Amino acid sequence: AETALSALLSLLPHHADDLLSQVDQPLQVLHDAECGKDFILCEYNRDADSYRSPWSNKYYPPLEDGPLPSDELRTLEVEANDIFSVYCEQYYEGGVSSVYIWEDDSESIIVCFLIKKDGSKTAHGRRGYLQQGAWDAIHVIEVKPEEDGIACYCLTSTVMLSMTTESKSSGSFNLSGSIRRQVLLQLIHLFYIFYTI
Amino acid sequence: MADGEEREGSELTREQKKEIAKWFLTNAPVGEIQYVAKDVRSVLMDDSAYEAAAGAAFPIYNKTHLVSIEMQDRSGDVIISKYGEVGDDSYLDPRTAQVAIVDHVEQMCTKVRPAADEELPSSYIEEFRSILDAELCKYVGETYPKGTCAVYCTSGKDAEGPGMDFEFTVVISAARRSPQNFWCVYQQRVVSSFYIWILLAGYYLIFNIKFSNGSWRSIWIVEFKDDLQVVEIKGNIQIDAHYFEEGNVQLDTNNECRDSTIFQSPEDSAIAIANIIRHHETEYMTSLEASYLNLPDTTFKDLRRKLPVTRTLFPWHNTLQFSLTREISKELGIGK
Repeated sequence: AETALSALLSLLPHHADDLLSQVDQPLQVLHDAECGKDFILCEYNRDADSYRSPWSNKYYPPLEDGPLPSDELRTLEVEANDIFSVYCEQYYEGGVSSVYIWEDDSESIIVCFLIKKDGSKTAHGRRGYLQQGAWDAIHVIEVKPEEDGIACYCLTSTVMLSMTTESKSSGSFNLSGSIRRQVLLQLIHLFYIFYTI
Repeated sequence: MADGEEREGSELTREQKKEIAKWFLTNAPVGEIQYVAKDVRSVLMDDSAYEAAAGAAFPIYNKTHLVSIEMQDRSGDVIISKYGEVGDDSYLDPRTAQVAIVDHVEQMCTKVRPAADEELPSSYIEEFRSILDAELCKYVGETYPKGTCAVYCTSGKDAEGPGMDFEFTVVISAARRSPQNFWCVYQQRVVSSFYIWILLAGYYLIFNIKFSNGSWRSIWIVEFKDDLQVVEIKGNIQIDAHYFEEGNVQLDTNNECRDSTIFQSPEDSAIAIANIIRHHETEYMTSLEASYLNLPDTTFKDLRRKLPVTRTLFPWHNTLQFSLTREISKELGIGK
Protein backbone atom coordinates (compact mmCIF):
# COMPACT_ATOMS: atom_id res chain seq x y z
CA ALA A 1 0.00 0.00 0.00
CA GLU A 2 2.85 2.38 0.78
CA THR A 3 4.40 1.76 -2.65
CA ALA A 4 1.12 2.52 -4.40
CA LEU A 5 0.58 5.73 -2.43
CA SER A 6 4.09 7.07 -2.92
CA ALA A 7 3.87 6.22 -6.63
CA LEU A 8 0.63 8.18 -6.91
CA LEU A 9 2.06 11.06 -4.92
CA SER A 10 5.00 11.37 -7.30
CA LEU A 11 2.70 11.24 -10.33
CA LEU A 12 0.19 13.71 -8.96
CA PRO A 13 1.99 16.12 -6.61
CA HIS A 14 -0.85 18.64 -6.86
CA HIS A 15 -3.26 16.17 -5.33
CA ALA A 16 -0.97 15.28 -2.43
CA ASP A 17 -3.23 16.75 0.27
CA ASP A 18 -6.32 14.94 -1.02
CA LEU A 19 -4.48 11.68 -1.42
CA LEU A 20 -2.93 11.79 2.03
CA SER A 21 -6.23 12.57 3.72
CA GLN A 22 -8.35 10.09 1.75
CA VAL A 23 -6.08 7.10 1.47
CA ASP A 24 -5.69 5.02 4.59
CA GLN A 25 -2.23 3.97 5.61
CA PRO A 26 -1.32 1.62 8.43
CA LEU A 27 -1.01 3.47 11.73
CA GLN A 28 2.35 4.46 13.19
CA VAL A 29 3.24 4.43 16.84
CA LEU A 30 5.65 6.45 19.03
CA HIS A 31 6.77 5.83 22.57
CA ASP A 32 5.92 8.25 25.36
CA ALA A 33 8.98 7.93 27.57
CA GLU A 34 7.48 9.95 30.42
CA CYS A 35 4.48 7.66 30.88
CA GLY A 36 6.14 4.53 29.54
CA LYS A 37 3.38 3.85 27.01
CA ASP A 38 3.02 3.84 23.24
CA PHE A 39 0.64 6.15 21.44
CA ILE A 40 -0.73 6.22 17.92
CA LEU A 41 0.02 8.96 15.40
CA CYS A 42 -2.63 10.66 13.30
CA GLU A 43 -3.52 14.07 11.90
CA TYR A 44 -5.41 15.04 15.03
CA ASN A 45 -2.44 14.91 17.35
CA ARG A 46 0.10 16.24 14.90
CA ASP A 47 1.69 19.64 14.70
CA ALA A 48 4.47 20.10 12.14
CA ASP A 49 6.52 16.92 12.60
CA SER A 50 5.71 16.35 16.26
CA TYR A 51 2.94 14.30 17.77
CA ARG A 52 1.13 14.84 21.08
CA SER A 53 0.88 11.93 23.45
CA PRO A 54 -2.56 11.43 25.01
CA TRP A 55 -0.90 10.09 28.16
CA SER A 56 1.43 12.94 29.08
CA ASN A 57 -0.18 15.60 26.85
CA LYS A 58 3.33 16.45 25.56
CA TYR A 59 4.74 16.55 22.05
CA TYR A 60 7.33 14.07 20.78
CA PRO A 61 9.79 15.25 19.56
CA PRO A 62 9.36 18.19 21.94
CA LEU A 63 7.70 21.25 20.50
CA GLU A 64 7.42 24.73 21.95
CA ASP A 65 3.91 26.16 21.77
CA GLY A 66 2.38 23.04 20.30
CA PRO A 67 -1.42 23.42 20.42
CA LEU A 68 -3.03 21.66 23.40
CA PRO A 69 -6.72 20.92 24.02
CA SER A 70 -8.59 23.15 26.49
CA ASP A 71 -8.78 22.00 30.12
CA GLU A 72 -12.37 20.72 29.71
CA LEU A 73 -11.55 18.80 26.58
CA ARG A 74 -8.38 17.45 28.14
CA THR A 75 -10.35 16.05 31.11
CA LEU A 76 -12.72 14.38 28.67
CA GLU A 77 -9.75 13.12 26.67
CA VAL A 78 -8.07 11.56 29.71
CA GLU A 79 -11.27 9.78 30.70
CA ALA A 80 -11.85 8.61 27.12
CA ASN A 81 -8.33 7.23 26.90
CA ASP A 82 -8.78 5.35 30.17
CA ILE A 83 -12.03 3.74 29.12
CA PHE A 84 -10.87 3.01 25.61
CA SER A 85 -7.68 1.38 26.85
CA VAL A 86 -9.78 -1.00 28.92
CA TYR A 87 -11.89 -1.76 25.83
CA CYS A 88 -8.70 -2.29 23.89
CA GLU A 89 -7.26 -4.65 26.49
CA GLN A 90 -10.49 -6.67 26.63
CA TYR A 91 -10.90 -7.16 22.89
CA TYR A 92 -7.38 -6.90 21.56
CA GLU A 93 -5.36 -8.32 24.43
CA GLY A 94 -2.35 -6.17 23.91
CA GLY A 95 -2.92 -3.60 21.21
CA VAL A 96 -2.20 0.12 21.45
CA SER A 97 -5.08 2.56 21.80
CA SER A 98 -5.28 6.34 21.72
CA VAL A 99 -8.07 8.90 21.83
CA TYR A 100 -7.65 12.49 20.75
CA ILE A 101 -10.13 15.32 21.16
CA TRP A 102 -9.68 18.29 18.92
CA GLU A 103 -11.55 21.52 18.57
CA ASP A 104 -12.22 22.49 15.00
CA ASP A 105 -12.26 26.08 13.70
CA SER A 106 -16.04 25.94 13.39
CA GLU A 107 -17.90 24.90 16.49
CA SER A 108 -17.31 21.19 15.91
CA ILE A 109 -15.39 18.93 18.21
CA ILE A 110 -13.58 16.00 16.71
CA VAL A 111 -12.94 12.88 18.72
CA CYS A 112 -10.66 10.30 17.22
CA PHE A 113 -10.39 6.73 18.58
CA LEU A 114 -7.51 4.67 17.28
CA ILE A 115 -6.43 1.11 17.79
CA LYS A 116 -3.43 -0.69 16.45
CA LYS A 117 -2.92 -4.38 16.97
CA ASP A 118 -0.03 -6.52 15.80
CA GLY A 119 -1.51 -9.96 15.44
CA SER A 120 1.67 -11.89 15.03
CA LYS A 121 2.22 -12.03 18.78
CA THR A 122 -0.38 -12.83 21.40
CA ALA A 123 -0.70 -10.80 24.58
CA HIS A 124 2.03 -12.81 26.21
CA GLY A 125 4.44 -12.36 23.36
CA ARG A 126 4.01 -15.95 22.13
CA ARG A 127 3.74 -16.64 18.44
CA GLY A 128 0.10 -17.18 17.55
CA TYR A 129 -1.53 -18.64 14.44
CA LEU A 130 -0.67 -15.66 12.33
CA GLN A 131 2.63 -15.27 10.54
CA GLN A 132 1.74 -11.67 10.09
CA GLY A 133 -1.32 -9.81 11.22
CA ALA A 134 -2.36 -6.23 11.66
CA TRP A 135 -5.60 -4.57 12.64
CA ASP A 136 -5.71 -0.79 12.42
CA ALA A 137 -8.91 0.94 13.37
CA ILE A 138 -9.64 4.63 13.04
CA HIS A 139 -12.94 5.98 14.32
CA VAL A 140 -13.51 9.70 13.88
CA ILE A 141 -16.55 11.36 15.39
CA GLU A 142 -17.38 14.87 14.35
CA VAL A 143 -19.69 16.52 16.88
CA LYS A 144 -21.59 19.48 15.45
CA PRO A 145 -23.82 21.33 17.89
CA GLU A 146 -27.36 22.04 16.73
CA GLU A 147 -30.14 23.82 18.58
CA ASP A 148 -31.68 22.79 21.92
CA GLY A 149 -28.62 21.10 23.36
CA ILE A 150 -28.68 18.42 20.69
CA ALA A 151 -25.62 17.67 18.61
CA CYS A 152 -25.18 15.81 15.39
CA TYR A 153 -22.61 13.04 15.66
CA CYS A 154 -21.06 11.78 12.49
CA LEU A 155 -18.97 8.64 12.93
CA THR A 156 -16.63 7.52 10.19
CA SER A 157 -14.96 4.24 10.89
CA THR A 158 -12.15 2.69 8.91
CA VAL A 159 -10.66 -0.67 9.63
CA MET A 160 -7.55 -1.92 7.88
CA LEU A 161 -6.86 -5.57 8.21
CA SER A 162 -4.10 -7.80 7.06
CA MET A 163 -3.42 -11.39 8.00
CA THR A 164 -1.20 -14.13 6.73
CA THR A 165 -1.20 -17.70 7.90
CA GLU A 166 0.98 -20.52 6.76
CA SER A 167 0.50 -24.18 7.39
CA LYS A 168 1.60 -27.49 5.94
CA SER A 169 -1.93 -28.57 5.13
CA SER A 170 -3.36 -25.42 3.64
CA GLY A 171 -0.33 -23.57 2.32
CA SER A 172 -0.27 -19.81 2.67
CA PHE A 173 -3.32 -17.67 3.10
CA ASN A 174 -3.34 -13.91 3.00
CA LEU A 175 -6.41 -11.74 3.51
CA SER A 176 -6.04 -7.99 3.64
CA GLY A 177 -7.91 -4.84 2.91
CA SER A 178 -9.82 -1.97 4.40
CA ILE A 179 -13.41 -1.02 4.86
CA ARG A 180 -14.97 2.32 5.71
CA ARG A 181 -18.42 3.06 7.09
CA GLN A 182 -20.31 6.11 8.25
CA VAL A 183 -23.11 6.59 10.75
CA LEU A 184 -24.98 9.77 11.65
CA LEU A 185 -26.82 10.23 14.91
CA GLN A 186 -28.47 13.02 16.82
CA LEU A 187 -27.94 12.63 20.51
CA ILE A 188 -27.32 14.43 23.73
CA HIS A 189 -24.91 12.36 25.70
CA LEU A 190 -21.43 12.21 24.15
CA PHE A 191 -20.51 8.80 25.50
CA TYR A 192 -23.58 7.08 24.06
CA ILE A 193 -21.79 6.95 20.71
CA PHE A 194 -19.42 4.23 21.95
CA TYR A 195 -22.07 1.55 21.38
CA THR A 196 -21.82 1.88 17.62
CA ILE A 197 -18.13 1.08 17.47
CA MET B 1 4.47 26.13 1.49
CA ALA B 2 7.84 24.44 1.49
CA ASP B 3 6.38 21.01 0.83
CA GLY B 4 4.53 22.16 -2.25
CA GLU B 5 7.62 23.73 -3.74
CA GLU B 6 9.68 20.58 -3.32
CA ARG B 7 7.09 18.52 -5.12
CA GLU B 8 6.72 21.00 -7.97
CA GLY B 9 10.46 20.88 -8.59
CA SER B 10 10.90 17.09 -8.97
CA GLU B 11 9.32 16.27 -12.32
CA LEU B 12 9.39 12.57 -13.13
CA THR B 13 11.34 11.29 -16.12
CA ARG B 14 9.55 9.30 -18.80
CA GLU B 15 11.38 6.19 -17.60
CA GLN B 16 10.21 6.69 -14.01
CA LYS B 17 6.62 7.21 -15.14
CA LYS B 18 6.84 4.05 -17.22
CA GLU B 19 8.11 2.06 -14.24
CA ILE B 20 5.33 3.33 -12.00
CA ALA B 21 2.68 2.55 -14.62
CA LYS B 22 4.17 -0.89 -15.14
CA TRP B 23 4.04 -1.56 -11.38
CA PHE B 24 0.35 -0.62 -11.15
CA LEU B 25 -0.52 -2.73 -14.18
CA THR B 26 1.32 -5.89 -13.17
CA ASN B 27 -0.11 -5.66 -9.65
CA ALA B 28 -3.69 -5.14 -10.77
CA PRO B 29 -6.14 -7.45 -9.02
CA VAL B 30 -7.35 -10.44 -10.98
CA GLY B 31 -9.57 -9.55 -13.92
CA GLU B 32 -9.29 -5.83 -13.33
CA ILE B 33 -6.33 -4.85 -15.43
CA GLN B 34 -8.45 -3.04 -18.02
CA TYR B 35 -9.98 -0.82 -15.32
CA VAL B 36 -6.57 -0.15 -13.82
CA ALA B 37 -5.17 0.55 -17.30
CA LYS B 38 -7.80 3.21 -17.97
CA ASP B 39 -7.05 4.98 -14.69
CA VAL B 40 -3.29 4.69 -15.01
CA ARG B 41 -3.42 6.16 -18.48
CA SER B 42 -5.29 9.24 -17.30
CA VAL B 43 -3.15 9.71 -14.18
CA LEU B 44 0.10 9.33 -16.13
CA MET B 45 -0.83 12.01 -18.69
CA ASP B 46 1.90 10.71 -21.00
CA ASP B 47 0.73 8.37 -23.72
CA SER B 48 4.11 7.16 -24.90
CA ALA B 49 5.23 6.26 -21.35
CA TYR B 50 1.88 4.52 -20.84
CA GLU B 51 2.21 2.54 -24.05
CA ALA B 52 5.74 1.43 -23.19
CA ALA B 53 4.55 0.37 -19.72
CA ALA B 54 1.51 -1.46 -21.09
CA GLY B 55 3.63 -3.25 -23.65
CA ALA B 56 5.87 -4.56 -20.87
CA ALA B 57 3.25 -5.14 -18.19
CA PHE B 58 0.38 -6.83 -20.02
CA PRO B 59 2.32 -9.92 -21.17
CA ILE B 60 3.58 -10.45 -17.60
CA TYR B 61 0.08 -10.03 -16.19
CA ASN B 62 -1.53 -12.29 -18.78
CA LYS B 63 1.00 -15.06 -18.26
CA THR B 64 0.92 -14.85 -14.45
CA HIS B 65 -2.87 -14.95 -14.34
CA LEU B 66 -3.20 -17.64 -17.03
CA VAL B 67 -5.62 -15.45 -18.94
CA SER B 68 -7.61 -17.35 -21.53
CA ILE B 69 -8.48 -15.78 -24.83
CA GLU B 70 -10.99 -16.95 -27.39
CA MET B 71 -9.38 -17.95 -30.64
CA GLN B 72 -10.46 -16.15 -33.74
CA ASP B 73 -11.93 -19.14 -35.50
CA ARG B 74 -14.04 -19.95 -32.44
CA SER B 75 -12.41 -23.34 -32.04
CA GLY B 76 -11.94 -22.71 -28.34
CA ASP B 77 -9.85 -20.76 -25.88
CA VAL B 78 -6.10 -20.56 -25.69
CA ILE B 79 -4.46 -20.11 -22.29
CA ILE B 80 -1.66 -17.57 -22.14
CA SER B 81 1.15 -19.13 -20.16
CA LYS B 82 4.88 -19.57 -20.33
CA TYR B 83 4.34 -23.29 -20.99
CA GLY B 84 2.59 -22.70 -24.26
CA GLU B 85 4.67 -19.77 -25.44
CA VAL B 86 6.22 -20.60 -28.80
CA GLY B 87 7.32 -17.13 -29.79
CA ASP B 88 6.66 -13.47 -29.05
CA ASP B 89 2.93 -13.15 -28.62
CA SER B 90 2.37 -16.67 -29.99
CA TYR B 91 0.77 -19.32 -27.84
CA LEU B 92 0.15 -22.97 -28.61
CA ASP B 93 -3.22 -24.56 -27.99
CA PRO B 94 -2.34 -28.26 -27.82
CA ARG B 95 -5.94 -29.40 -28.03
CA THR B 96 -6.57 -28.00 -31.50
CA ALA B 97 -2.89 -28.07 -32.54
CA GLN B 98 -3.02 -24.39 -33.41
CA VAL B 99 -0.91 -21.39 -32.52
CA ALA B 100 -2.72 -18.17 -31.65
CA ILE B 101 -1.10 -14.79 -32.14
CA VAL B 102 -2.42 -12.41 -29.50
CA ASP B 103 -2.45 -8.73 -28.72
CA HIS B 104 -1.58 -8.66 -25.03
CA VAL B 105 -2.81 -5.15 -24.34
CA GLU B 106 -6.19 -5.72 -25.93
CA GLN B 107 -6.26 -9.25 -24.51
CA MET B 108 -7.53 -10.53 -27.85
CA CYS B 109 -6.48 -13.05 -30.43
CA THR B 110 -5.52 -11.49 -33.75
CA LYS B 111 -4.63 -14.54 -35.84
CA VAL B 112 -4.62 -18.30 -35.69
CA ARG B 113 -2.36 -20.66 -37.61
CA PRO B 114 -1.90 -24.41 -37.55
CA ALA B 115 0.99 -25.51 -35.35
CA ALA B 116 4.17 -26.60 -37.11
CA ASP B 117 5.39 -30.19 -36.64
CA GLU B 118 8.34 -29.06 -34.47
CA GLU B 119 5.91 -27.38 -32.10
CA LEU B 120 3.88 -30.54 -31.54
CA PRO B 121 4.78 -33.71 -29.65
CA SER B 122 5.30 -37.09 -31.32
CA SER B 123 2.28 -39.34 -31.81
CA TYR B 124 3.40 -41.60 -28.92
CA ILE B 125 3.42 -38.61 -26.55
CA GLU B 126 0.31 -37.13 -28.11
CA GLU B 127 -1.65 -40.26 -27.23
CA PHE B 128 -0.90 -39.82 -23.53
CA ARG B 129 -1.47 -36.08 -23.76
CA SER B 130 -4.78 -36.09 -25.53
CA ILE B 131 -6.35 -38.75 -23.34
CA LEU B 132 -5.24 -36.90 -20.21
CA ASP B 133 -6.59 -33.70 -21.73
CA ALA B 134 -9.98 -35.34 -22.35
CA GLU B 135 -10.19 -36.62 -18.76
CA LEU B 136 -9.28 -33.20 -17.41
CA CYS B 137 -11.82 -31.45 -19.61
CA LYS B 138 -14.47 -33.65 -18.05
CA TYR B 139 -13.27 -32.78 -14.56
CA VAL B 140 -12.99 -29.07 -15.24
CA GLY B 141 -16.35 -28.97 -16.95
CA GLU B 142 -18.03 -30.56 -13.91
CA THR B 143 -16.21 -28.57 -11.25
CA TYR B 144 -15.63 -25.08 -12.59
CA PRO B 145 -18.43 -22.95 -14.03
CA LYS B 146 -16.01 -21.05 -16.23
CA GLY B 147 -12.81 -23.01 -16.24
CA THR B 148 -10.31 -23.80 -18.93
CA CYS B 149 -7.51 -26.30 -18.95
CA ALA B 150 -4.63 -27.33 -21.13
CA VAL B 151 -1.98 -30.03 -21.08
CA TYR B 152 1.41 -29.08 -22.47
CA CYS B 153 4.29 -31.43 -23.07
CA THR B 154 7.13 -29.52 -21.47
CA SER B 155 9.86 -32.13 -21.81
CA GLY B 156 10.60 -35.17 -23.96
CA LYS B 157 8.03 -34.35 -26.63
CA ASP B 158 9.95 -36.14 -29.32
CA ALA B 159 10.00 -39.55 -27.60
CA GLU B 160 9.00 -42.13 -30.21
CA GLY B 161 8.16 -44.96 -27.85
CA PRO B 162 8.63 -46.46 -24.37
CA GLY B 163 12.05 -46.09 -22.78
CA MET B 164 12.11 -42.33 -22.45
CA ASP B 165 11.02 -39.98 -19.69
CA PHE B 166 8.71 -37.13 -20.48
CA GLU B 167 6.86 -34.44 -18.61
CA PHE B 168 3.50 -32.72 -18.96
CA THR B 169 2.34 -29.49 -17.39
CA VAL B 170 -1.35 -29.31 -16.66
CA VAL B 171 -2.76 -25.82 -16.36
CA ILE B 172 -6.23 -25.14 -14.96
CA SER B 173 -7.51 -21.61 -14.88
CA ALA B 174 -10.91 -20.36 -13.79
CA ALA B 175 -12.02 -16.81 -13.22
CA ARG B 176 -15.17 -15.01 -12.30
CA ARG B 177 -15.84 -11.34 -12.85
CA SER B 178 -18.80 -9.63 -11.27
CA PRO B 179 -18.29 -5.87 -11.02
CA GLN B 180 -21.95 -5.50 -10.09
CA ASN B 181 -21.85 -7.34 -6.83
CA PHE B 182 -25.30 -8.49 -5.75
CA TRP B 183 -23.60 -8.54 -2.37
CA CYS B 184 -24.34 -4.81 -1.99
CA VAL B 185 -28.06 -5.47 -1.45
CA TYR B 186 -27.34 -8.05 1.21
CA GLN B 187 -24.86 -5.74 2.81
CA GLN B 188 -27.40 -3.00 3.59
CA ARG B 189 -28.82 -5.16 6.28
CA VAL B 190 -25.57 -6.23 7.83
CA VAL B 191 -24.73 -5.05 11.33
CA SER B 192 -22.33 -2.17 11.48
CA SER B 193 -19.92 -4.21 13.52
CA PHE B 194 -16.67 -4.38 11.59
CA TYR B 195 -15.69 -7.68 12.94
CA ILE B 196 -18.70 -9.40 11.44
CA TRP B 197 -18.35 -7.36 8.31
CA ILE B 198 -14.84 -8.37 7.49
CA LEU B 199 -15.62 -11.97 8.30
CA LEU B 200 -18.60 -11.89 5.98
CA ALA B 201 -16.60 -10.30 3.19
CA GLY B 202 -13.99 -12.99 3.57
CA TYR B 203 -16.65 -15.67 4.00
CA TYR B 204 -18.20 -14.61 0.73
CA LEU B 205 -14.84 -14.70 -0.93
CA ILE B 206 -13.91 -18.15 0.33
CA PHE B 207 -17.16 -19.99 -0.02
CA ASN B 208 -17.81 -18.59 -3.43
CA ILE B 209 -14.26 -18.72 -4.59
CA LYS B 210 -15.21 -20.27 -7.87
CA PHE B 211 -18.18 -17.96 -8.32
CA SER B 212 -17.02 -14.46 -7.26
CA ASN B 213 -14.65 -11.86 -8.59
CA GLY B 214 -11.61 -13.97 -8.30
CA SER B 215 -9.48 -16.60 -9.90
CA TRP B 216 -8.31 -20.13 -9.42
CA ARG B 217 -5.01 -21.17 -10.97
CA SER B 218 -3.55 -24.59 -10.61
CA ILE B 219 -0.44 -25.87 -12.27
CA TRP B 220 0.42 -29.55 -12.09
CA ILE B 221 3.77 -30.91 -13.24
CA VAL B 222 3.36 -34.55 -14.25
CA GLU B 223 6.62 -36.42 -14.70
CA PHE B 224 6.51 -39.80 -16.40
CA LYS B 225 9.60 -41.72 -15.23
CA ASP B 226 10.09 -44.65 -17.52
CA ASP B 227 12.92 -46.39 -15.60
CA LEU B 228 11.00 -46.39 -12.30
CA GLN B 229 7.65 -46.91 -14.07
CA VAL B 230 6.25 -44.19 -11.88
CA VAL B 231 4.42 -40.91 -12.50
CA GLU B 232 5.30 -38.10 -10.10
CA ILE B 233 2.85 -35.28 -9.71
CA LYS B 234 3.56 -31.89 -8.14
CA GLY B 235 0.84 -29.29 -7.87
CA ASN B 236 0.60 -25.60 -7.07
CA ILE B 237 -2.78 -24.01 -6.46
CA GLN B 238 -3.33 -20.27 -6.21
CA ILE B 239 -6.57 -18.55 -5.36
CA ASP B 240 -7.07 -14.79 -5.59
CA ALA B 241 -10.17 -12.79 -4.89
CA HIS B 242 -11.00 -9.16 -4.70
CA TYR B 243 -13.94 -7.49 -3.01
CA PHE B 244 -14.33 -3.78 -3.49
CA GLU B 245 -17.73 -2.58 -2.37
CA GLU B 246 -17.17 0.43 -0.10
CA GLY B 247 -13.91 -1.10 0.85
CA ASN B 248 -11.06 -3.03 -0.61
CA VAL B 249 -10.34 -6.55 0.56
CA GLN B 250 -8.07 -8.97 -1.25
CA LEU B 251 -7.44 -12.61 -0.63
CA ASP B 252 -4.53 -14.55 -1.93
CA THR B 253 -3.67 -18.09 -1.07
CA ASN B 254 -1.12 -20.57 -2.27
CA ASN B 255 -0.71 -24.29 -1.73
CA GLU B 256 1.68 -26.98 -2.88
CA CYS B 257 1.13 -30.71 -2.97
CA ARG B 258 2.70 -33.88 -4.31
CA ASP B 259 1.59 -37.34 -5.19
CA SER B 260 2.49 -40.24 -7.45
CA THR B 261 1.01 -43.16 -9.29
CA ILE B 262 2.23 -46.03 -11.48
CA PHE B 263 3.12 -45.62 -15.13
CA GLN B 264 0.33 -47.34 -17.01
CA SER B 265 -1.30 -47.28 -20.41
CA PRO B 266 -2.39 -43.86 -21.66
CA GLU B 267 -6.03 -44.42 -20.65
CA ASP B 268 -5.30 -45.78 -17.18
CA SER B 269 -2.62 -43.17 -16.48
CA ALA B 270 -4.97 -40.39 -17.53
CA ILE B 271 -7.72 -41.58 -15.21
CA ALA B 272 -5.30 -41.99 -12.31
CA ILE B 273 -3.74 -38.56 -12.82
CA ALA B 274 -7.08 -36.80 -13.20
CA ASN B 275 -8.30 -38.49 -10.03
CA ILE B 276 -5.24 -37.34 -8.12
CA ILE B 277 -5.73 -33.78 -9.30
CA ARG B 278 -9.41 -33.89 -8.43
CA HIS B 279 -8.65 -35.30 -5.00
CA HIS B 280 -6.01 -32.71 -4.08
CA GLU B 281 -7.95 -29.74 -5.36
CA THR B 282 -11.09 -30.79 -3.52
CA GLU B 283 -9.11 -31.46 -0.38
CA TYR B 284 -7.56 -28.00 -0.57
CA MET B 285 -10.94 -26.33 -0.97
CA THR B 286 -12.29 -28.28 1.98
CA SER B 287 -9.36 -27.42 4.21
CA LEU B 288 -9.68 -23.75 3.25
CA GLU B 289 -13.37 -23.80 4.09
CA ALA B 290 -12.69 -25.55 7.36
CA SER B 291 -9.93 -23.19 8.40
CA TYR B 292 -12.14 -20.28 7.42
CA LEU B 293 -14.90 -21.55 9.67
CA ASN B 294 -12.37 -21.75 12.46
CA LEU B 295 -11.09 -18.29 11.74
CA PRO B 296 -13.16 -16.46 14.36
CA ASP B 297 -12.13 -18.81 17.11
CA THR B 298 -8.50 -19.23 16.28
CA THR B 299 -6.50 -17.03 13.94
CA PHE B 300 -8.82 -14.05 14.11
CA LYS B 301 -8.65 -14.04 17.88
CA ASP B 302 -5.00 -13.07 17.60
CA LEU B 303 -6.24 -9.84 16.09
CA ARG B 304 -9.44 -9.21 17.95
CA ARG B 305 -11.55 -11.30 20.27
CA LYS B 306 -15.24 -11.71 19.49
CA LEU B 307 -16.08 -10.89 23.09
CA PRO B 308 -14.11 -10.05 26.20
CA VAL B 309 -13.15 -12.86 28.54
CA THR B 310 -16.36 -12.27 30.48
CA ARG B 311 -18.34 -13.33 27.37
CA THR B 312 -20.56 -10.29 27.59
CA LEU B 313 -20.49 -7.19 25.49
CA PHE B 314 -18.20 -4.48 26.73
CA PRO B 315 -20.04 -2.41 29.32
CA TRP B 316 -19.24 1.10 28.25
CA HIS B 317 -21.15 2.66 31.14
CA ASN B 318 -19.39 0.71 33.76
CA THR B 319 -15.81 -0.20 33.12
CA LEU B 320 -15.05 -0.49 36.84
CA GLN B 321 -15.17 -4.26 36.78
CA PHE B 322 -12.10 -4.27 34.54
CA SER B 323 -10.27 -1.41 36.00
CA LEU B 324 -10.21 -2.49 39.62
CA THR B 325 -6.45 -2.40 39.75
CA ARG B 326 -6.57 1.04 38.24
CA GLU B 327 -9.08 2.20 40.86
CA ILE B 328 -7.13 0.68 43.70
CA SER B 329 -3.92 2.33 42.54
CA LYS B 330 -5.73 5.63 42.34
CA GLU B 331 -7.16 5.21 45.86
CA LEU B 332 -3.84 4.31 47.33
CA GLY B 333 -2.09 7.06 45.42
CA ILE B 334 0.27 4.60 43.73
CA GLY B 335 1.74 5.27 40.27
CA LYS B 336 1.59 8.68 38.63
